[in-house]
Amino acid sequence: MTLLELLTSLLTDHTIRTVASGTAILGVVSGVLGSFAVLRKQSLLGDALSHAALPGVAIAYMLTGSKSPAVLMLGAGIAGVLAILVLLNVTSRTRLKEDSVLGIVLSVFFGFGLLLLTFLQRNPDARQAGLNTFLFGQAATLLTRDVQTMAIFGGVALLLVLVFWKEFKLLSFDREFGSSLGLPMRGIDILLTTLLVVAVVIGLQAVGVVLMSAMLVAPGAAARQWTDKLGRMTLLSAFFGALAGVAGALVSSLGSGLSTGPVIVLCISLIVLVSLLFAPNRGLVWNWLRQWRNRNRLRTEAVLENIYLMSSQHADPTHPHAVTALEAVSGAGNVRRSLEELQRRGLAVPHSDKKWSLTAEGVRSAQARLQPTKDTDHE
Amino acid sequence: MSSAQIEIQLIGIVVAAACALPGVFLVLRGMAMMSDAISHTVLLGIVLGFLVTGDLESPWLIFGAAAMGLITVSLTELLNRTKLVKHDAAIGLVFPALFSIAVILISRFARGVHLDTDAVLLGELAFAPFDRLLLFGTLLPRSLVVMGAIALVNLVFILAFYKELKLATFDAGLAAALGFSPALIHYGLMGLVSITAVGAFDAVGSILVVAFMVAPAAAAYLLTDKLERMLLYAVGLGALGAVGGYWMAHVMDANIAGSMATIIGVLFALCLLFAPQRGLLASAARRTRQRWEFAQTMLTIHLLHHEGTPEAEVENRLDHLHDHLRWEPAFARGVVQRADERGLVRLENGSLHLTDAGRGLATTMLADKR
Repeated sequence: MTLLELLTSLLTDHTIRTVASGTAILGVVSGVLGSFAVLRKQSLLGDALSHAALPGVAIAYMLTGSKSPAVLMLGAGIAGVLAILVLLNVTSRTRLKEDSVLGIVLSVFFGFGLLLLTFLQRNPDARQAGLNTFLFGQAATLLTRDVQTMAIFGGVALLLVLVFWKEFKLLSFDREFGSSLGLPMRGIDILLTTLLVVAVVIGLQAVGVVLMSAMLVAPGAAARQWTDKLGRMTLLSAFFGALAGVAGALVSSLGSGLSTGPVIVLCISLIVLVSLLFAPNRGLVWNWLRQWRNRNRLRTEAVLENIYLMSSQHADPTHPHAVTALEAVSGAGNVRRSLEELQRRGLAVPHSDKKWSLTAEGVRSAQARLQPTKDTDHE
Repeated sequence: MSSAQIEIQLIGIVVAAACALPGVFLVLRGMAMMSDAISHTVLLGIVLGFLVTGDLESPWLIFGAAAMGLITVSLTELLNRTKLVKHDAAIGLVFPALFSIAVILISRFARGVHLDTDAVLLGELAFAPFDRLLLFGTLLPRSLVVMGAIALVNLVFILAFYKELKLATFDAGLAAALGFSPALIHYGLMGLVSITAVGAFDAVGSILVVAFMVAPAAAAYLLTDKLERMLLYAVGLGALGAVGGYWMAHVMDANIAGSMATIIGVLFALCLLFAPQRGLLASAARRTRQRWEFAQTMLTIHLLHHEGTPEAEVENRLDHLHDHLRWEPAFARGVVQRADERGLVRLENGSLHLTDAGRGLATTMLADKR
């Protein structure tokens, strides 16, 4: 299948279109809320919340007997909020570190959910408890109804982000200032974290527990590399999330054995990798390049100074010196390449039997460097 | 009890002990979530090991998985060191990616093999006694032998490097200054976590490994300030959770690992509430006691200040405390009553007089302030 055919299938094939729009909604919502989580060092909160949702799903099913996505999402959401309250209170009232409490909430809530689910089905074998959907999601089985539910929940969450934009921004960057303005920062904190729960709940059906955490971390972490502005970062994060969602849905439609969840995660991981390497300013590649250039420049200058100092032992400042002698003085590093660089700049010339000397221009340049500079803003 | 029941409980106890030992150090070092990451990515190690050897029973799988655990740790640190993402985000980026690769590899190349992803995540303890291994002439459950060996390795490592681990955990700077390599200790510990996660996922599944590693250790941390005791308590609590969890699952006819995690969670909650000094109830009681004690001290200082002055008749009256110290009448009465019981003040016709003990307290408190 060509890329073009793949893209047209997005428009023509009903199943693919449903799945892709579901994962795109998930990507946008988790991208927006994940940006805040990443900035607030709560990247692992999503992981804990998605696991903690299981008992909520089980209890919602137990109480209503309904398997409709809205009911199960509501149960998952309530369990998630409960998990947050436990997390906040235990962390602030004991000496336990936050990550310990995260680990406990994640695993104990999940274990309890597993207990309830297997108890409900009177079948202690966890493998048959229909947990697969919860663990890995089943994007391929998304129905139009599911996508509508996702869109409504997600739309409300995004709307609230828009309404409380200024407050959330303040919370993420300068909580104390917010408090000093008289804003109820604790309440704003709980609201934002609750919206994070909404994002988790939306994602569960599509990508499952294990991979939901990636959807909350990765788009934000990728977007952070490209910009220092919160607004742009959030938009970019939403775009990356949606891109990964649609790409994942398309790629997994190609072959059997490619479950949507993991493919989406690999797509977003790829976006993160590219961002880390190539984002302007912060990208690692540019950083390496800068370092390499600086090192080269410093080495070339050191070689220039060394030839000059060695020549000053002679009457003639352009006295030629052997490369090996320069290597001995300059220490490690590619002296020959530095010499060639100096030659290109017209500061040094090669002689026979691997000797080099400075040109008149080179002597002047070295003298200028070695003289104590008077004005400090020189170069 | 049938022998299978005893064996399942034994396996549970051994898993709990093997997990709690490195778990204590994870909790103390603030790396609890690393166990979550490692317990997921070992799956990739197992899959790669399986694709290379073609044998699910091969011991190389354990090595592959442990190596993948260490790779997870170093990738996380590599990412963290670029300073482009924060530590928690680094964990959250690395493990889902590696885990996704594992899931895709399994569904593409290892279909039909006994290597279900949900089995890895959830485990199934009920089947553990059926998988047996011949050792020293007796057939023992495979999980029991494997986890026993892992628990032993953990114990030996911790005993052998106890001093180093303790120092590196509580004073990393001093440890480095004394010439212990923090990196070596760190990776040694992470190696233990990886091996334990591989061994334990078969029995309890990788998500509940986290419960066994973190919750008993965190509960023990609320009970004691001594590392030796914390290790003992963590193992004890884990074992208690394992046995209690087994019987709850037996009664409810539900999943054993989930039940064990639940009981461990309940044990943690009990410690959280009732721990002698650091429990929520104890600290609430301490705060209340401190409030009353502070108020009594305030009262004696107030009385001392006005004692023997003309305004003492007005100031040193019970009903005046509301105006002066802004105490509600009921609270003021409570303070005076308690101070009276402690022999700090005497109440005569609504006017308050310091006793010698009360005067002594007020003077020492004032002297302390200076």
